[in-house]
Amino acid sequence: MDFDLSEEQQLLKDSVDGFLSDTYDFESRKKIAALPGGWSPEVWAKFAELGILGLPFAEEDGGFGGGAVETMLLAESFGKHLVLEPYLATVILGGGVLKRAGSAAQKAEHIAAIAEGSRTFALATTERHSRYDLFDVTTAAKKAGASFVLDGEKAVVVHGGSADRIIVSARTGGSRRDRGGIGLFMVPADAPGLSRRSSPTQDGTHAAEITLSGVRVDADGVLGDPEGGLPVLEAVADEAIAALCAEAVGAMSELTDLTVDYLKQRKQFGVPIGGFQALQHRAAEMFVALEQARSMAMFAAMTAATEDATERRALASAAKVQIGRSAKFIGQQGIQLHGGIGMTMEYKAGHYFKRLTMIDTLFGDADHHLAEVACYGQLVSAA
Amino acid sequence: MELRFTDEEIAFRKEVRAFIDAKLPKALREKLAAGHHPTRDDIVFWQKTLNDKGWGVAHWPVPYGGTGWDAVKQYIFLEEMMMAPSPPPLAFGTSMVGPVIYTFGSEAQKKRFLPRIASLDDWWCQGFSEPGAGSDLAGLKTKAEKVGDHWVINGQKTWTTLGQYADWIFVLARTDASVKKQEGISFILVDMKTPGITVKPIQTIDGGHEVNEVFFDDVKVPLENLVGQENKGWDYAKFLLGNERTGIARVGISKQRIRKIKEMAAIEQRGGRPLIEDQRFREKIAEVEIELKALEITQLRVIAGEKKREKGKPDPASSVLKIKGSELQQATTELLMEVIGPHSAPFAPEEPGSNEPPIGPEWAQTIAPTYFNVRKVSIYGGSNEIQKNIIAKAVLGL
Ligand SMILES: Cc1cc2nc3c(=O)[nH]c(=O)nc-3n(C[C@H](O)[C@H](O)[C@H](O)COP(=O)(O)OP(=O)(O)OC[C@H]3O[C@@H](n4cnc5c(N)ncnc54)[C@H](O)[C@@H]3O)c2cc1C
Ligand SMILES: Cc1cc2nc3c(=O)[nH]c(=O)nc-3n(C[C@H](O)[C@H](O)[C@H](O)COP(=O)(O)OP(=O)(O)OC[C@H]3O[C@@H](n4cnc5c(N)ncnc54)[C@H](O)[C@@H]3O)c2cc1C
Repeated sequence: MDFDLSEEQQLLKDSVDGFLSDTYDFESRKKIAALPGGWSPEVWAKFAELGILGLPFAEEDGGFGGGAVETMLLAESFGKHLVLEPYLATVILGGGVLKRAGSAAQKAEHIAAIAEGSRTFALATTERHSRYDLFDVTTAAKKAGASFVLDGEKAVVVHGGSADRIIVSARTGGSRRDRGGIGLFMVPADAPGLSRRSSPTQDGTHAAEITLSGVRVDADGVLGDPEGGLPVLEAVADEAIAALCAEAVGAMSELTDLTVDYLKQRKQFGVPIGGFQALQHRAAEMFVALEQARSMAMFAAMTAATEDATERRALASAAKVQIGRSAKFIGQQGIQLHGGIGMTMEYKAGHYFKRLTMIDTLFGDADHHLAEVACYGQLVSAA
Repeated sequence: MELRFTDEEIAFRKEVRAFIDAKLPKALREKLAAGHHPTRDDIVFWQKTLNDKGWGVAHWPVPYGGTGWDAVKQYIFLEEMMMAPSPPPLAFGTSMVGPVIYTFGSEAQKKRFLPRIASLDDWWCQGFSEPGAGSDLAGLKTKAEKVGDHWVINGQKTWTTLGQYADWIFVLARTDASVKKQEGISFILVDMKTPGITVKPIQTIDGGHEVNEVFFDDVKVPLENLVGQENKGWDYAKFLLGNERTGIARVGISKQRIRKIKEMAAIEQRGGRPLIEDQRFREKIAEVEIELKALEITQLRVIAGEKKREKGKPDPASSVLKIKGSELQQATTELLMEVIGPHSAPFAPEEPGSNEPPIGPEWAQTIAPTYFNVRKVSIYGGSNEIQKNIIAKAVLGL
């Protein structure tokens, strides 16, 4: 049992925290959010330079061989600074599919491009009525010789508007909610027949609606078994959940600190409001919720490599439930304890609250994952 | 004990509903039901429509334009409006400053202001809170000094809701700094066009603009704009804050939102089936419905007791209604978030000029902003913590 960071892990954490503390303050972030696409190519280039874009890839694929703990450290720092860059979309999701399902040639080309910061990705799985079920796919992939032709629509694709390549889940066989017959296809954003429309989202990132009509994907764009994409997607989703949990912990810990500082400074009735026991207890509850979340984020990172897929998924679900619960409490109370000031766009607390709210809707909300745990989970094993 | 409404009350509800159906434009109704904010013109239009019917200030005493309805009818009336939904009345005029003026104001003030409140020819806003005086409202610093035949006001108000449209603001100002803080405050009516007033917008986390900062820099106000007695403003303010009893729980708004939850849950899916067929989700709605029913009955008990209540005496009921009412408003917005799931993400700026609609289903656009915005209801009007303090102290004697 060891919850301590290795020397290299500590170094990584310090360098990323240091870079973001120096450059990614609230005002800079506001400017970045206003850029087209809502993220900064300059910051992205710096990420490449720091080596973090290639972090979770094997060395033989052109990466740095980092694992889930390294990703956790990064993501937590991103959460603290409310980083808007497409790390999740490109590295964890796009890269996650490539490293699991890509051929040697695909990996050689695309993972190298991700690591050097020259190519971004998005993963298009959600559809109008799929909610959080990755296997609920109506977008069709029809075989045409060695190629496939894609038709359908994808919804709220995170960073789908700015990505250079979009990985699409599409049905090669079976019916709407079958677990089999799902393939993963890599489509250049400018492919004929692909159109996309992007909006900013509540938390300052961007998401796109993507329409595919007769989009041709040749063999070099087919990722893995065109019938058996689901297990890949589920593994990627679990890695994403672990990263999102860590990001949420970063945001929760900052929001808790911000709130506690405010309780010490803000005076009403001639005394700091932090002297009121009702508020002391609320802040203490926020702290408890934060620590529970932190533990589950660590748990998610440390169990990400679990061999048995059913078990792995249940563990990821358990973490996402805890994160969802804690994030809601800390987000809401973070606003409440600030009073009116917490309700303003000018102040940072609301931005943490909104990001935490959106994290709950990525890869399944607390309620979705609670049902998963109830169905498959064995957190306390039978005697 | 009798829970049912009388035949007369049922007939009255029908009359109100028929009036709303006839007069409230369908497009406006749909816009509000979809969670969009009413514009200034929407609010003025509806107030004038009600006022033409004689219902503009239904709860006021008859001599000032009220209807003479008892508390139950008032409640039915408000509930029908919330459930329609119609644009809400501008509470700052009809529920706040209006009653203060007819209770404590001079004859001249009553003549001058009350009819224009009823017709919404004057748009009022509330100048109570300050950066340093929120929950500790009596700690306010904005100062009014008597200079010749004028008050000269200096200071800053904040969180002034819809102040950007206001013709008038009612201000709590310090007129005596040498006494206990509650005893040196006066209640003054100020024309927003007076030189020296600056209004600055505050953007809220949902992206909307409903609150403002209002700055006073040597603002000259005629002495006759003082309401009641000098240095008695705190009494009037407490009267005002405790006054809004029948509407404070917003039961109608929560009911309307529960209807919307059910409607939308029939469209959205979970597990390939309409969400509304999901047993766990149905139970979640049921939990809120039960609490809301309890609150509604509590509300009705308060209303039924209204006749016997000593006017002006503090009553714990408003705190109970405020706490539960705000919690349930928030709970319904959370359920809507769950209904729409991942499609809550796209953000539609409210500002005009952004003509590109956001991605995703149109009706989803207001859901997350409403969830964010409604966090305010447990903060303003005496936060839920302050309300609990009131219950603990004034009711439980702790
Ligand atoms: C959207 C919005 C609209 C508003 N509209 C208006 C308006 O039109 N006019 C107007 O005058 N005001 C308005 N307000 C102001 C509102 O009434 C104040 O925000 C409110 O009184 C709280 O004050 P504050 O924001 O300064 O918070 P604070 O008083 O600083 O409170 C911060 C936190 O401390 C808690 N707290 C404070 N004192 C105690 C205590 N003794 N015990 C336990 N907890 C305590 C509070 O509950 C809160 O959680 C509005 C506010 C909002 C958010
Ligand atoms: C916007 C707004 C709306 C309101 N609406 C209503 C309403 O509808 N109905 C209603 O009855 N009241 C309402 N109130 C509350 C009411 O107006 C007063 O704020 C309240 O009665 C306290 O009065 P006070 O300023 O004399 O404060 P105080 O008597 O000085 O105390 C106010 C609060 O602060 C706490 N407090 C003060 N000093 C200390 C201290 N040193 N240590 C610990 N705790 C302390 C007290 O417990 C108490 O809860 C509202 C308040 C605000 C700000």
